[in-house]
Amino acid sequence: MKTMSRDPRVLKAIKNLSEIQRVYLVISSKGGVGKTTISTLLALYEASRNRMTGLLDLDFVNPSTHVFLGLKPEELKYEEEKGVKPYTVKNNLFYFSIVSYTRDKPIALRGREAVNALWEILAIVNWGPLHSLFIDTPPGIGDEHVELLYTLKDKTKPIVVSTPSKLSLNSIEKLIQILKEAGFREIYLLENMGDGSLQNYAEENKLVYLGYIPKSSRLEESIGNTEKLLELDVATYIYNILSKLS
Amino acid sequence: MVHEWALAESILLYIENQGVRRARRVVVKIGVLQSIDREILEFALREISRERGLEINEFTILEEEPLLKCNRCGFQWSIDPSKISEDIREAIHFLPESIYAYFRCPNCGSIDFEIVKGRGLGEIKVENYE
Ligand SMILES: Nc1ncnc2c1ncn2[C@@H]1O[C@H](COP(=O)(O)OP(=O)(O)OP(=O)(O)O)[C@@H](O)[C@H]1O
Ligand SMILES: [Mg+2]
Ligand SMILES: [Zn+2]
Repeated sequence: MKTMSRDPRVLKAIKNLSEIQRVYLVISSKGGVGKTTISTLLALYEASRNRMTGLLDLDFVNPSTHVFLGLKPEELKYEEEKGVKPYTVKNNLFYFSIVSYTRDKPIALRGREAVNALWEILAIVNWGPLHSLFIDTPPGIGDEHVELLYTLKDKTKPIVVSTPSKLSLNSIEKLIQILKEAGFREIYLLENMGDGSLQNYAEENKLVYLGYIPKSSRLEESIGNTEKLLELDVATYIYNILSKLS
Repeated sequence: MVHEWALAESILLYIENQGVRRARRVVVKIGVLQSIDREILEFALREISRERGLEINEFTILEEEPLLKCNRCGFQWSIDPSKISEDIREAIHFLPESIYAYFRCPNCGSIDFEIVKGRGLGEIKVENYE
């Protein structure tokens, strides 16, 4: 008789993700630098280029991608089919967030619970054959980040988001070290609300510089409206970044 | 509710990964919190085993009562999912951690509590032929 202890959902999660060509983990140890904005915009713009794209919100404490997409928690419904199918936001854009279950009520998860929730979601959501999946994550380096990074190392690519601020750079230094130690060869750096000044930093630290997105004066008024978001003043910068990813 | 299929596949991928292709019996512990339908789970386990060419003579599904414990005051309690409203039960079925959005410690009102056991998919045991 054999008793097994490692989480059985992990293999199912890996199987689900293996249908996706590229899985990007949008991360930053610093809060408020634009992870949610960037994961949502990259997914939205990628889908507009006729590629099957997914957006997954793994910020359990403060999920907010649905606000960007203009979706109310109660209208998010997932079709059930041997697990759940992500919600179709529009042509080519598929979405999953826990707010359909938690209804925007705050949930304060400890590390173990966050990891549990993470594997449950990755095991039950059937994304199908996507071109890319963008994953928004909470700020910091929590247990769920470490779990994802180590377990899905061969399957995911980290996109580290930073503003040009010294505070932000100081904060991501530790994260980059962890990523290197975890064995990631390609670590992307995306400069948000910047002007290109992090290119040197990226080169010095052997990161792949994806480019920058300047501060947009139209972002705030466009939140919640996908048509407006697709016509942002910073659209060309976003397309530039996407072309570097593929 | 078709969460059962995803869990069944998880279980079988897992034992297969441990080198098991035939067994006399597989025993799976399932937490009651998630309201897993045992019949559907067993049906899914048989179907997927057949598809994957696994020979498992018998599946036994054991239920585990939920046990919650407050991290603030230490109080322990249980929840009977059949007594909660359908939409909340369904949320917990798909994601047991949804419980944190709807429940508090009945003793001190804290939202900081843990699911000690009875959450969802638990221990898996394989009994081989002699
Ligand atoms: N390029 C940009 N131009 C203008 N405003 C931006 C830009 N990027 C982000 N913002 C704004 O900055 C704020 C923080 O962004 P966002 O919520 O995406 O950060 P975050 O890293 O996800 O935060 P958290 O760490 O809390 O999850 C938001 O109000 C957002 O609209
Ligand atoms: Mg965010
Ligand atoms: Zn208490």
